[in-house]
Amino acid sequence: MIISIARIFAAEWRKLRRPTLLLGTLGAVAFFSVLVSSLLFLMIDSPNGNGDRGIRITREMLSLPSGATQSFSSIGNLLGIIALCVFAAQTAQEYSLGTLRNLLVREPGRVRFLVGKLASMKVFAIIMTLVSAVISIGVSYALAGGKNVSTDLWFNGDGRLEIGKTLLNVFISILGFGIIGMVLGILLRSPISSISLGVLWLLIVENIVGAVKASTLQWLPGNQLGTIATGGSDTISYTHALSLSGVYVGAALIIATVLFTKRDVAD
Amino acid sequence: MVKLAIAVSDLSKKYDSGFAVSQANFQVPVGTICGFVGPNGAGKTTTIRMLLGLISPTGGSGEILGQSIDDPEKYLPLVGAMIEGPAFYPALSGSENLKVLASLGGFPMERVDQLLEQVGLADRGKSKYKTYSLGMKQRLGIAAALLPNPKLLILDEPTNGLDPEGIQEIRQLLRGLAENGTTVFVSSHLLSELELISEYLVMLRKGEVVFAGAIQDLFDKQQPFMLVNTLNENDLERIIKIAEAAGHEAHIRDGVAHIKGPAEWAGTLNKLAFESGIVLTQLSPQLPNLEETFFEMTGEQK
Repeated sequence: MIISIARIFAAEWRKLRRPTLLLGTLGAVAFFSVLVSSLLFLMIDSPNGNGDRGIRITREMLSLPSGATQSFSSIGNLLGIIALCVFAAQTAQEYSLGTLRNLLVREPGRVRFLVGKLASMKVFAIIMTLVSAVISIGVSYALAGGKNVSTDLWFNGDGRLEIGKTLLNVFISILGFGIIGMVLGILLRSPISSISLGVLWLLIVENIVGAVKASTLQWLPGNQLGTIATGGSDTISYTHALSLSGVYVGAALIIATVLFTKRDVAD
Repeated sequence: MVKLAIAVSDLSKKYDSGFAVSQANFQVPVGTICGFVGPNGAGKTTTIRMLLGLISPTGGSGEILGQSIDDPEKYLPLVGAMIEGPAFYPALSGSENLKVLASLGGFPMERVDQLLEQVGLADRGKSKYKTYSLGMKQRLGIAAALLPNPKLLILDEPTNGLDPEGIQEIRQLLRGLAENGTTVFVSSHLLSELELISEYLVMLRKGEVVFAGAIQDLFDKQQPFMLVNTLNENDLERIIKIAEAAGHEAHIRDGVAHIKGPAEWAGTLNKLAFESGIVLTQLSPQLPNLEETFFEMTGEQK
């Protein structure tokens, strides 16, 4: 069982590590990490705010032990969308390219196949998280001095704990988005459809629904996953976001697994 | 008792639109090359997919290398397959594509280079799959099917896109594999090609097996026939009537009359045509061949 999963992992990793995909994705991760971190510090004195939806993040807030990861945690949603696209494309392309039939002839254990594929994509998500963390913390540190933000508390015991917590939270958030992408890939069997639907839902539908009725934000899956990355918000607790995301992602995984194992691999 | 590589009994697959495969029964002995033929939509690919555990049968049973098709994990490590043409990742090289499958199946990576050499892709192994010609893609598909060093090789249209030289190479490859004990189950539209290499044949028509057995048994059941053409195109119908009046089955296909009957009757037919004022431009006695038999049994038109 473990050997089979290790083989599936290795096979999947060969596809994920190809330079266009790996470097392209990490390029996008680096771009958003630099962008968000830079805006946070460069617009620190802007009356329009320097955070998400016009929120003001002050020098005092950035000088706390959590200051180093402030920008990193707010990139969670963007990283999540990137993960959703990668996971969805990697899964759905097996149908659209017709490669799934080759793979399942070589590995007929379909649940094992899904587990191995997911494990490989998890590693991809870990790399995304680490790259984003290093870049956003690095950019924050580089810009902090010029903007009179103290970094004394960033790397002490509390600061390191904050970095660890944020790394974990962002990883959980990215993984949740990615699994939703994978599930969409299995359900829709087309990279374009699964990516479009996922991005449309997260970027447009949830924002419109949330703007019309703010109380729905407590229940929308993308918002829960984004909240996990930031460690909770004023309106949604971390525990609520984590448990509700677990329910959504778990239910989606169960449906996708049943479909994947029972569905004929036809055209 | 003959050892069987494939044995299916009443194997069926029903969709909402009807039966794709209906109560198929056939057996393929170990170490033989078995052709699998049928018109488009006859159920060949559905049957192959059921044998490979990709789709579930709605009825019947089957065994591959002595293992039930309900448990493909037991026999698939010994089976190589190319289904509905090659399917690989366009952005990966041929070599990387094979390594994906080698990793998945737990096969040694050295096998990848050996197989690329064997199918004539050694010099293009590092090129991206999307740059391959149809023939090269086909060769890569065959290499992927050979990865497990299979006891049973299932190939769906392996010669698609290959030039005559490539077709000959594949023919030799399949013969060599069969000589070494590998069973080859191969579907192809190139019936003349199948006739050259197959000892056994399974013929499907509208989801039903119309023949399964040794190819020679099939020919033994078929009558010889002759191909007849006339100087005046309108005389073809008259020739058909003359043949039918003499008790021979006849029909026109591709502008040529196909008349069943032994070669010895050709002289009589020539005389009857002459007496009716018909000038023959062709009168060729033929032994049964797979193509003729296929069209005969499936009711297909060329």
